[in-house]
Amino acid sequence: MTKKLIVIGAGMASGRALEHLLAEDPSWDVTLFNAEPRGNYDRIMLSPVLAGDKTYQDIVIHDDDWYAENKVTCRFGEKIVSIDRAAKTVTADNGEVLAYDKLLFGTGSNPFIIPLPGHDLEGVIAYRDLEDTERMMSLQEGQKAVVIGGGLLGLEAAAGMALRGVDVTVVHIMGHLMERQLDEAAGYLLRKALTDKGITVKCSANSKEIVGEDGKVKALMLDDGTELPCDLLVMAVGIRPNVGLAQESNLAVGRGIQVDDQMVTSDENILAVGECVEHDGQVFGLVAPLYDQAKIVAKTLQGEDATYVQKSLSTKLKVTGCDLFSAGDFADGEGREDIVFRDPARGVYRRLVIEENKIIGAVFYGDTSDSAWFFGLLKDGTDISDMRDTLIFGPAYQGGAAADPMAAVAALPDDAEICGCNGISKGTIVEAINNGATDLAAIRATTKASASCGTCTGLVEQVLGATLGDDFVIPAAQSVCGCTDLSHEDVRRLIKSQELKSQAAVWQELGWTTPNGCHVCRPAINYYLLADWPVEYQDDPQSRFVNERKHANIQKDGTFSVVPRMWGGITTPNELRAIADAADKYNVPTVKVTGGQRIDLLGVKGEDLPAIWYDLNQAGMVSGHAYSKGLRTVKTCVGSDHCRFGTQDSTGLGVKLEKLLWGSWTPHKVKLGVSGCPRNCAEATCKDVGIVCVDSGYEVSVAGAAGMDVKETELLAKVPTEEEAIEVTTAFIQIYRENAKYLDRGYKWVAKVGLDWVKEQVVDDLEQRKALVDRFELSQSIYRKDPWAEHAQPEKARTYAPMADLTLEAAE
Amino acid sequence: MSWLDIGSLSDIPERGARIVKTAVGCVAVFRTAEDEVFATTDRCPHKGGPLSEGIVHGKSVTCPLHNWVFSLETGEAQGADDGHIRTYPVSVQDGRILMDVSDLSKLSAA
Ligand code: SRM
Ligand SMILES: Cc1cc2nc3c(=O)[nH]c(=O)nc-3n(C[C@H](O)[C@H](O)[C@H](O)COP(=O)(O)OP(=O)(O)OC[C@H]3O[C@@H](n4cnc5c(N)ncnc54)[C@H](O)[C@@H]3O)c2cc1C
Ligand code: SF4
Ligand code: FES
Repeated sequence: MTKKLIVIGAGMASGRALEHLLAEDPSWDVTLFNAEPRGNYDRIMLSPVLAGDKTYQDIVIHDDDWYAENKVTCRFGEKIVSIDRAAKTVTADNGEVLAYDKLLFGTGSNPFIIPLPGHDLEGVIAYRDLEDTERMMSLQEGQKAVVIGGGLLGLEAAAGMALRGVDVTVVHIMGHLMERQLDEAAGYLLRKALTDKGITVKCSANSKEIVGEDGKVKALMLDDGTELPCDLLVMAVGIRPNVGLAQESNLAVGRGIQVDDQMVTSDENILAVGECVEHDGQVFGLVAPLYDQAKIVAKTLQGEDATYVQKSLSTKLKVTGCDLFSAGDFADGEGREDIVFRDPARGVYRRLVIEENKIIGAVFYGDTSDSAWFFGLLKDGTDISDMRDTLIFGPAYQGGAAADPMAAVAALPDDAEICGCNGISKGTIVEAINNGATDLAAIRATTKASASCGTCTGLVEQVLGATLGDDFVIPAAQSVCGCTDLSHEDVRRLIKSQELKSQAAVWQELGWTTPNGCHVCRPAINYYLLADWPVEYQDDPQSRFVNERKHANIQKDGTFSVVPRMWGGITTPNELRAIADAADKYNVPTVKVTGGQRIDLLGVKGEDLPAIWYDLNQAGMVSGHAYSKGLRTVKTCVGSDHCRFGTQDSTGLGVKLEKLLWGSWTPHKVKLGVSGCPRNCAEATCKDVGIVCVDSGYEVSVAGAAGMDVKETELLAKVPTEEEAIEVTTAFIQIYRENAKYLDRGYKWVAKVGLDWVKEQVVDDLEQRKALVDRFELSQSIYRKDPWAEHAQPEKARTYAPMADLTLEAAE
Repeated sequence: MSWLDIGSLSDIPERGARIVKTAVGCVAVFRTAEDEVFATTDRCPHKGGPLSEGIVHGKSVTCPLHNWVFSLETGEAQGADDGHIRTYPVSVQDGRILMDVSDLSKLSAA
């Protein structure tokens, strides 16, 4: 007896199910409804259609002939609007009622549209079907499009339009692209590739409103006020299983239509397949599992036993030139280890996540040729203990090449600047080598590279090594830590010359061997990035030592010390009262006058920090940064205001300097002293910068120390005015900020580059001095602010308290 | 096992930690760059440093006082240092962090 099957939705899943079913038993009487005015086509291939590589005709899966041969009654362009489960009938949108024996849902998903103001304007579309694709294809060269969503679909849409000469911007809410499939490193490489294709990518960007004109989209407005003009706006922010009809029919629905292992819904005569289903808590968005489901649903309809089992999935992006692959799970879970391989020269990144000697996750970028092999190991749960050491190199390399320590330098383009002082690029050095300069001295003589401050010496040697091969032995420089072979100086220069502006960029381009560094390199890299790119880079508190993260010094017993600023050592009765009150209120065990001319409240409980800061803020006091690699104190003496020997207002100058310099981050701490005369009561001549006032003006000296080493400062300049003294000081601190190795105190750094070189830049070259001061000011526009005030805000203050207190529960 | 909801994943900064007060002392709850969550005692076996204040890298934490490094998974000190910290079962479900507190009460009973 022929059975009547009605299918709702002619998509890829139901199409495959019909193929299986009718191949086994052609006697089924099938009626196929589809809301789209066409039959089953390869939705995946819409991206190649958009890119111009294929036409719609090429991607049709079932044409008219197929439906005719299989005697499927096609009702394309028609929807099912209701189901009467008791009567076993459906109603089409033209009112017609049809009876079924079995009903199959294949309604797919609906693209999710964020309900932003303006989302219903003309020119706001999703990316789901042929109509959407054609709309994108109708854009002319030079027109503008914005894509919201940096996932698979959004990027394919963006790349396709960009190929047609459209000016495309992708707006993504997360910190890196395709965050569900990729980790940060691969996301970084992908972004770089898309940018190279002329696509503008904005990450961590929140859309606020779609702006229209005459009912048509005109621009997308972000919540930081940026307006992105556009002729078309594509939202590709996710899909939701299309469950409306199932819900109205009172079938069991969670996120999708719930089915059992046989793909049967809560009604035994109704089955479901594809993106509309939820199986074992999972919903689906790729075709591989849908095709598995299609097999099972066909068997169930035939009354045969079959069970659907979920399998691991892998993802590829269909954008030419962006070779990426991701599979399995590389987040969420315990007991996992990473194997990371990076080749900056080829832009290759590979990461395997291992658990119990099995690969459970893989992310590849740049070279995915072995991805099938790795996916096989992952799916089969192969034990990899035997090949662990060479696993990451792939099947051909069992026996394996080691990571190349020179890869980062080899990868540099010819125009990358190696020597900042003399503006010498890699190409110039290579040319000199080819012309016979085969050692450092010869390079210095012929190109001047490394002949000035010398911090680029390591890189010049690496260029020699990379160019001459075994003929040049690179002297071993100490690397930052076990995560890299590069020295601090090399890393600093490469961050500048390659314009690396994020941690992810540093890890990848410089070939780091760990996913995100360690406690040694991360604080250094965080400092270099914020010093070189104050505007672009965002300081990362999690890459800082606890003192700088909590803005207080941690004590041996886990409590903290609190030191408010006393500008130039000057205080007032009111400030002293507020300090006394705070000491009482928070039971501070020790109040001490420091060696830096201010007061230390020692032994404050971590939880009390935001409150004590709030109180001190109320009295006008701010953080003294007694904990920072940054500006500490400016010690002063009483100077000409009171002292009978004072030649200038040393207190006033100290206060001015502290107000100008505070909040700045530096490679190590920076302390200043200003004395009113050569008697030097402020001990200025053992500070990082010491100013001694004399009748004719100011003697600015630098590179002193009185800690583990005691060293007198050396004269940098004698200047007639206070203004100039401030300028020279600022320029000195900025050049130190820009060039020194992390954790080199000023005197150590000056010893490396030579005071003469510093003088040339800061004293003699007025243009350079001004540029240094300007760059310092730019950085201060971001960092000259009180971190205590920020952390005393309720939102931040919360994080100083325990996240939960179980002592209360346990007491019950 | 007795799982207790102690807060949401977003309460902890990525590559950071927060503490949970318990009858047997503070437990540090860590979140890695990959959103894995681990819980260990907050006390360093060396000189009692608060581990929740350390730098989190990979699946390890560095004690803020003298830089001992501990694996968050096994609790073993890494490298040349010799020591072990207690770890506690935690899991994340729908963005909520669940901690197995049966161990904690067992300890307090003992
Ligand atoms: C509080 C204070 C001692 C005091 O009671 O007077 C102090 C306390 C600490 N000093 Fe100091 N130093 C203090 C003035 C000094 C001075 C004197 C000065 O600044 O005139 C020096 C010598 C001058 C110099 O820096 O060259 C000094 C040289 C050091 C050093 C050695 C630095 C070096 O490069 O050799 C360290 C270790 C380090 O920074 O790595 C250090 C480190 C420390 C630390 C931060 C140790 C630590 O990492 O935990 C101490 C924090 C205690 C706390 O919890 O507050 N402290 N320290 C002084 C705070 C001044 C302020 O108001 O900010
Ligand atoms: C641009 C693009 C690129 C993609 N790339 C990939 C890829 O590279 N790899 C991959 O694995 N997957 C990819 N996908 C996802 C893949 O296409 C889907 O997983 C798959 O098409 C889903 O099949 P389905 O049959 O469940 O639903 P669909 O193919 O969406 O079919 C559902 C059909 O049901 C119709 N319908 C809904 N309600 C009713 C109703 N009440 N009455 C009648 N008809 C109704 C709809 O109109 C629709 O035609 C891509 C998707 C898109 C949009
Ligand atoms: S000299 Fe400085 S670092 Fe040493 S114990 Fe005293 S305060 Fe601490
Ligand atoms: S207390 Fe942790 S390393 Fe010393």
